[in-house]
Amino acid sequence: MVNKFFPSIAAALAGVRDDSVVLVGGFGTIGQPNALLEGLIEQGARNLTLVANNAGSGHVGLARILELGRVRKIICSFPRGTDPVVFEQLYRAGKLELEIVPQGTLAERIRAAGAGVPAFYTPTGVGTILAKNREVREINGKLCLYEEALHADLALIEAWQADRWGNLTYRKSARNFNPIMAMAAKLTVVQSQHVTGLGELDPESVVTPGIFVDRVVHVPYGTPTIL
Amino acid sequence: MTTSDVKPLGRSQMANRLAQDIPEGWYVNLGVGMPTLVSDHVPSDREVIFHSENGILGLGPAPPPEEADPWLINAGKGFATLRPGGSFFHHADSFAMIRGNHIDLCVLGAFEVAENGDIANWATSEHDTAPAVGGAMDLAVGAKQLWALMEHTTKDGRPRLVHRCSYPLTAPGAVSRVYTNFAVLDVTPGGFVVREMVSGLTIEALQKCTAAALSPM
Repeated sequence: MVNKFFPSIAAALAGVRDDSVVLVGGFGTIGQPNALLEGLIEQGARNLTLVANNAGSGHVGLARILELGRVRKIICSFPRGTDPVVFEQLYRAGKLELEIVPQGTLAERIRAAGAGVPAFYTPTGVGTILAKNREVREINGKLCLYEEALHADLALIEAWQADRWGNLTYRKSARNFNPIMAMAAKLTVVQSQHVTGLGELDPESVVTPGIFVDRVVHVPYGTPTIL
Repeated sequence: MTTSDVKPLGRSQMANRLAQDIPEGWYVNLGVGMPTLVSDHVPSDREVIFHSENGILGLGPAPPPEEADPWLINAGKGFATLRPGGSFFHHADSFAMIRGNHIDLCVLGAFEVAENGDIANWATSEHDTAPAVGGAMDLAVGAKQLWALMEHTTKDGRPRLVHRCSYPLTAPGAVSRVYTNFAVLDVTPGGFVVREMVSGLTIEALQKCTAAALSPM
């Protein structure tokens, strides 16, 4: 029997190694798997590279794992979230490497990794400082920048519903980066608000088919805090 | 005369002026800041569909605080609503709409716009400690049209419509029209063309606070 449910976050995050590249779902704090981030802190992996749209707000979740010094580098589009105190301190002190990627290029690099596309060209970023020392090629009269797929060792995902095959749905704007990140990592771990019996999810409304998911933990935490 | 002899438009009036030019049926992305005011001013008999980078089409007005839904936020991370007909999708689809040239119009704020359509709106220097680009570069390149909504000068009076941008670019040659507190200008192969000015203003007075040559229509 295929059963991707794990009894605890600790069990679901067992085996995560130091130096891992970790995709973290969410846009701001919505759809951000904070319970899994707490679990990763407990688990203890260090020297991580995190990929997320933002660089954390306040002192919880993403901000907390940064604050504890577990992260070497962050790849994001918008490090200045609502309250990026931790990021700003670490970055100014030279304790955190930053790679800024335009949001659409970030999404597409992640999608490409999940879809087996090693690299692509895009006009986004051409003629800007982000294109410095990068390969630019003219395609059909348009200058385009070379971008590589962004593969990861681990993806941390927040879902609304999950079944034991790992089929997932999401809640409104909490979907954001989660479905594409689920496709792009060697190990995809999900925290889900609700769990359902196999066959109870409408197949037409499954957003992430279970093939992209390895481990699911039931985390019914309620409503997110907007930061 | 100078621009100080006339009454400039306020932020809400600027947003209102721009909103009048959005035709029915357009898919529109509004950048954070002043551009978000535009949606409040689209005439109520005109159906315009607003897009938000975090995976929403059919964005409605902000809800009253007691009706806020914590699962529904806009790209500025404020509470949002969904209009009937609205939809949710993931980030790669959201940016496929932008980068695949499906969005009719993007409205962005800007630090500077140059007469060749270059826009600078994301970083104030190459040595910015932590520049935050978000979706601005994708939007500037991918939307079918990019309009800038911005004050004509900085608070201390320096021009923001310029010959060439001094701040790091968001995208080269992307802006087609600029709405300021003094004027509406088209960006053409011949530079800025003044379409409209606030009541009483002359093109000579507008030229004095603009660091690029202005042409009449």
